[in-house]
Amino acid sequence: MGNQGLASYFKFSNVNWPNVWTAAWETLWMTVLSVVVVAVLGILLGLLLYQTDGSKNPAVRVLNWIVSFFVNVFRSIPFIILIVLLLPVTQVVVGAITGAKAAIPSLVVSAAPFYARLVQIALNDVDGGVIEAAYAMGASSWQVIWKVLIPESLPALISGITVTAISLIGYTAMAGAIGAGGLGQLAYTDGFQSYNNAITLAATVVIVAIVFVFQFVGDIITKKVDKR
Amino acid sequence: MIEFKNISKTFQTKEGEVKAVQDVSLKINSGEVYGIVGFSGAGKSTLVRMLNGLETPTSGEVLIDGTRIDQLSGEKLRTQRKKIGMIFQHFNLLWSRTVIENIMFPLELSKLSKKERLEKAQKLAELVGLGDRLHSYPAQLSGGQKQRVGIARALANDPDILISDEATSALDPQTTDEVLELLDKINQQMNLTIVIITHEMHVIRRLANSVAVMEDGKLIEKGPVSQVFTAPQEELTKRFVNSEVDQSQTPDIQKITADLIKKYPNGKIISLKFHGDQVKLPIVTEMIREFPNLTMSILEGSIHQIGDQQGAIGTLFVQLLGDAHEIEEALNFLNKMRVETKVINNG
Repeated sequence: MGNQGLASYFKFSNVNWPNVWTAAWETLWMTVLSVVVVAVLGILLGLLLYQTDGSKNPAVRVLNWIVSFFVNVFRSIPFIILIVLLLPVTQVVVGAITGAKAAIPSLVVSAAPFYARLVQIALNDVDGGVIEAAYAMGASSWQVIWKVLIPESLPALISGITVTAISLIGYTAMAGAIGAGGLGQLAYTDGFQSYNNAITLAATVVIVAIVFVFQFVGDIITKKVDKR
Repeated sequence: MIEFKNISKTFQTKEGEVKAVQDVSLKINSGEVYGIVGFSGAGKSTLVRMLNGLETPTSGEVLIDGTRIDQLSGEKLRTQRKKIGMIFQHFNLLWSRTVIENIMFPLELSKLSKKERLEKAQKLAELVGLGDRLHSYPAQLSGGQKQRVGIARALANDPDILISDEATSALDPQTTDEVLELLDKINQQMNLTIVIITHEMHVIRRLANSVAVMEDGKLIEKGPVSQVFTAPQEELTKRFVNSEVDQSQTPDIQKITADLIKKYPNGKIISLKFHGDQVKLPIVTEMIREFPNLTMSILEGSIHQIGDQQGAIGTLFVQLLGDAHEIEEALNFLNKMRVETKVINNG
């Protein structure tokens, strides 16, 4: 085709900028929405893993084993396979299998177990002496969670969700390739399939910028809450 | 009053059973400062942690003011725990909270309004001398200041009992003294029962009224501090007491003693031990007047106040030169004055 070759990257006259911004917006809100859901689910799952770990109660051990098992399984499934696997589920939950909305369930299912493990690691790092001190002062298990575990692990929780958010941006691009919209779809259909390398480059630059912003904001907040 | 009745605690580990506490019985009176001394692993922490349910006994009973507390759970246990403050070797402050927020932590667990919490925490911060560091984070404080925050936090819910678990072991001697002074002040102002776990005998001497000595999970000796310091019975107790009041075993003293014995074969090196009121009497002067032909040189001396104010304990190392018979008479005189004498070496 006529627009092959390195020079093709810079034919920005071929780029429909409003389309790029629409796609960027889709990527952003897919990411933000799934990050919010993943954060909540991941913290809950992480707390569950943390609290049930090493228990002497057989029922609690079984629960820990089951949760651990599912977390490990869903963390192991490559994302592109997971989307396809979850298509029927997505159809039921969202009512569609294409579009940004339809990408959310698979994004969440793949990232929440990952973040849950990061949460568990963060909680394990909280000083055991401080937890003991809180119990010695008469705190209940819930008070220990709210007043000790979460505040004392906050920097690690935030840096963990930053890492998760950045891999989620990557996943949204993959989801885009099979019809979820966003910069991934733009790069794939308008760029790759239309032999329009300038659009691929534009999508790349914008997505890298989004990743940088997430990393930057995450780092700043982590630093701000860390008083150690 | 706190009572431990025939307490035993056995841990199951991969290597087999560990008997952390074995058949310990102990009574601690209200308002008393009770020291529990022993090396690490002696079981003192395990025992004392039964007071606030951080450990439960395998057998035996723990009573506070006549109420069984070793079987409490849930809400009742949490209510009981609020009446017991605890300070730790590594302070265990929340790094994510400022000084005032750390002190408010236990108050948030009780149902107090925010205004009351602030007022009370502020008062406590001032009591421990941190009124000007309210909004500092623990990372910005020195070890001594962190322990002061720990003490203020432990006092927040007006406890009846304060447990100090090796609270000065991570501090330098100067800071240790300041913290001990603060604990002494608190004990007197608030009429609080303080249970001190330590391996440092000077902490016991400075602060405690009574002391119990633990070794390998067993309680081997207990009694008033003045009694245990002046007449320790068990080998381990003697070691603890001597490490604190007896400097005779230092290499310096041993070297000088050996030199003197060689130089003056007719002299005697004698250790004198004074307890209670004798430390304040001019007994040595009287002895010299009684036996003017004897020559005395002082090698080393020390004096220690004992925490329960029942007196002091002093040791003095002297060399006596002169007629052997007269030295014998002088020693008899000292014994008559109730000074313990011990001839270190006859030369």
